Amino acid sequence: MVFFCKYMHKLVTLAGVSLLLPLTSQAVDLMPVIPKAKGQQCVESTDKMRRNHMEYILHQRNDTLRKGIRTPKYSLKKCIECHNAPDKDNRVAHISSKQDHFCSSCHTYVAVKIDCFECHADKPKKTQYHPTSREGH
Amino acid sequence: MKQDTDMNRRRFLGQTAGVAGLTIVPGVMLYEVQARPADQAASSSVRWGMLIDTRQCDTGCTDCVTACKTENGWGSTETKSSPEQQAQWIRKVKLTDKQTGHVQSLPLMCQHCETPPCVDVCPTGASMKRADGIVLVDKHICIGCRYCMMACPYKARSFIHEPLTDQKPHAPRGVGTVESCTLCVHRIDKDGTPACVEACNAEGHKAMYFGNLNDPDSDISKHLKQHGGEQIRADLGLNTGVRYQGL
Amino acid sequence: MKAIRYLQIEGRSVGYYALLGILGLIVAAGGLAALYMEHNGHYVTGMNNQIVWGIPHVFAVFLIIAASGALNVASISSVFNKKAYKPLALLSAFLSVCLLLGGLTVLVLDLGQPDRLIIAMTLYNFKSIFAWNMILYNGFIAVVAVYIWFMMEKRMNKYSRYAGFTAFFWRLMLTTGTGSIFGFIVARQAYDAAIMAPMFVIMSLSYGLAIFILVMMASYHWSERELGDATVRRMTNLLGVFIAAVLYFTLTYHLTNLYVTENHGVEAFILRDGGLYTQLFWIGTILIGGLLPLFLIYFPATAKNRKMISAACVMVILGGLATLYVIIIGGQAYPLEMFPGKIVESSFFDGGIKAYTPTLAEILLGTGGFALSLIMVALVVKILRVLPDNMADANVDPHY
Repeated sequence: MVFFCKYMHKLVTLAGVSLLLPLTSQAVDLMPVIPKAKGQQCVESTDKMRRNHMEYILHQRNDTLRKGIRTPKYSLKKCIECHNAPDKDNRVAHISSKQDHFCSSCHTYVAVKIDCFECHADKPKKTQYHPTSREGH
Repeated sequence: MKQDTDMNRRRFLGQTAGVAGLTIVPGVMLYEVQARPADQAASSSVRWGMLIDTRQCDTGCTDCVTACKTENGWGSTETKSSPEQQAQWIRKVKLTDKQTGHVQSLPLMCQHCETPPCVDVCPTGASMKRADGIVLVDKHICIGCRYCMMACPYKARSFIHEPLTDQKPHAPRGVGTVESCTLCVHRIDKDGTPACVEACNAEGHKAMYFGNLNDPDSDISKHLKQHGGEQIRADLGLNTGVRYQGL
Repeated sequence: MKAIRYLQIEGRSVGYYALLGILGLIVAAGGLAALYMEHNGHYVTGMNNQIVWGIPHVFAVFLIIAASGALNVASISSVFNKKAYKPLALLSAFLSVCLLLGGLTVLVLDLGQPDRLIIAMTLYNFKSIFAWNMILYNGFIAVVAVYIWFMMEKRMNKYSRYAGFTAFFWRLMLTTGTGSIFGFIVARQAYDAAIMAPMFVIMSLSYGLAIFILVMMASYHWSERELGDATVRRMTNLLGVFIAAVLYFTLTYHLTNLYVTENHGVEAFILRDGGLYTQLFWIGTILIGGLLPLFLIYFPATAKNRKMISAACVMVILGGLATLYVIIIGGQAYPLEMFPGKIVESSFFDGGIKAYTPTLAEILLGTGGFALSLIMVALVVKILRVLPDNMADANVDPHY
């Protein structure tokens, strides 16, 4: 099963690359607009984060909830603090915004549903939602 | 029988931990300051508990409930649910003796049992007890079957009947899962005290104590040893972490 | 005596399509109700933090235990080697699986997070009777599937008896497990009783057989095939015994509770002061689900009348739903005994009797599951060779 998944992953990447190649110039607006994060460097390289972020937070969630280990490195709270950082008016994006919320922008693009934010806060403590960032409202 | 061995082991571990604490820095009481580094798991040498003195608890007072709502973000978040459907992590209960008319008042929440029925019945293991005795719901794997709510003798658990937004970052809660008092686990992990206990003491009511039941020298253990403390539904033998005086 | 021939029903009549159409509509309504509940959350139901299990659970539990009982005919033919039941064993096994699937569908769609079913299937807490039930329910489908295969495949016929044995023990475990969901709840006065497990077994025998008799008579009547009186008579006699056994268990359960002072409160609530629950108990469980069908089955003037027998079976089903309503919802409506001897008041509805008003959505979900079971049976008898073409008395020797 694991082998199969790895294989599939490569296949999908390959297919994705071959599809994108002829489109590079015009297809720019089809790519997700990924909002900039606060700070210089993430906890891992961008490459690693793109591939493995779900593993990191899955592991962390069990450690934190079941054992009380609260190291900040892979904490979802910390992800949100940098990747949905407030602007100068202390406003942030709502998870339903496919443009402005870091997680949504990419997850909408790759069509992978996440339910993290059914329970978790999608914004840092003591920030306000940007009035235009909430879709369907 | 197994339970007894377990308890003895815990007591033993608690004592050794206590002795270790003493010998490191002689003369300094380390037990009350349970400094646990962020990368270290909660340990069974500690058992967190609470003691509620019902004689100090005023019928009209809801400071603990208000503090819990503010801390954990429940109370006004469920706008579509009926009052019967809205979550309550802690509530004030008024008791009137049918025979004598004697009135008591107490806060009621998850009793953090040593052998919690909710953990027994949960099909996926979402309902769980941490090593230090805190009973929690792992909402990542809660399927929302509500069997734990059927099984809890204290009606301590609530189901979320509608999608929520704008939760507190330290207190995740969401639709289709069950939740209850976490003993403010996020505060405890940073050496804090549950919000309810803090509020009760800040107002000078002195009706709530919090501490390590495994440490014989903790405030709560000394109080319990001197004045006793009863369990609600002690007949079930659940060895609750929350005890009451003047019940 | 001719050899038994299994033949599909023709299934081209207006009546058959009308049946599929009606059942299909009920299933569709149930599906929409489930989507509506999942999209909005459970606030659109009457269930709340006091009555946490409602109408969907009444239907789900009813269908699940009826599934076990529907296997009666097959079990009797293989385990007790009664030849008269043999021709109908296939129908019995198929009906059983269909009922279980219908019940499980309702149970799953009522979950707070139905899309996490995979978690329930992969993570098990083995101290939970619920987790055991997942294995028992899935295992039951697998065991009965093998049983069906052995019965339908000539080369495997000789092993069908062993498969029948396995299925028989499995179904007893299944209903024991389902009853134990309630039997193991120490917190509530109405539950926490070992008798729940055997009582659910007996209830399953009665409800399942009632559904089987109805399905059998309807199949033969609508496909204009012959069904002998002796076959029907044998089964209704058995149903009568099961109905009486359910009454006996109900009596024992309440008498035991009545002897224990701490349970006087809950007994007074169910038997005397409970309003709807009291009516459902006396009129639903005792009268409609017990005494009336017993009368219809054993009174000579009605015992041979197919319409009266159908009525008796419908009554057993209605009585069964009423019984489970009283057990599941009545059991929760009565307050938890946390502080004996005290009047308890709080913002969280402690102390009082809890109110429950089901909404349309959850009722449609429940009936949708029932219809799903029946539509599957209707399709099975059309697609597969399940129904013997002639069950006239001369053909099957009902006395063996």
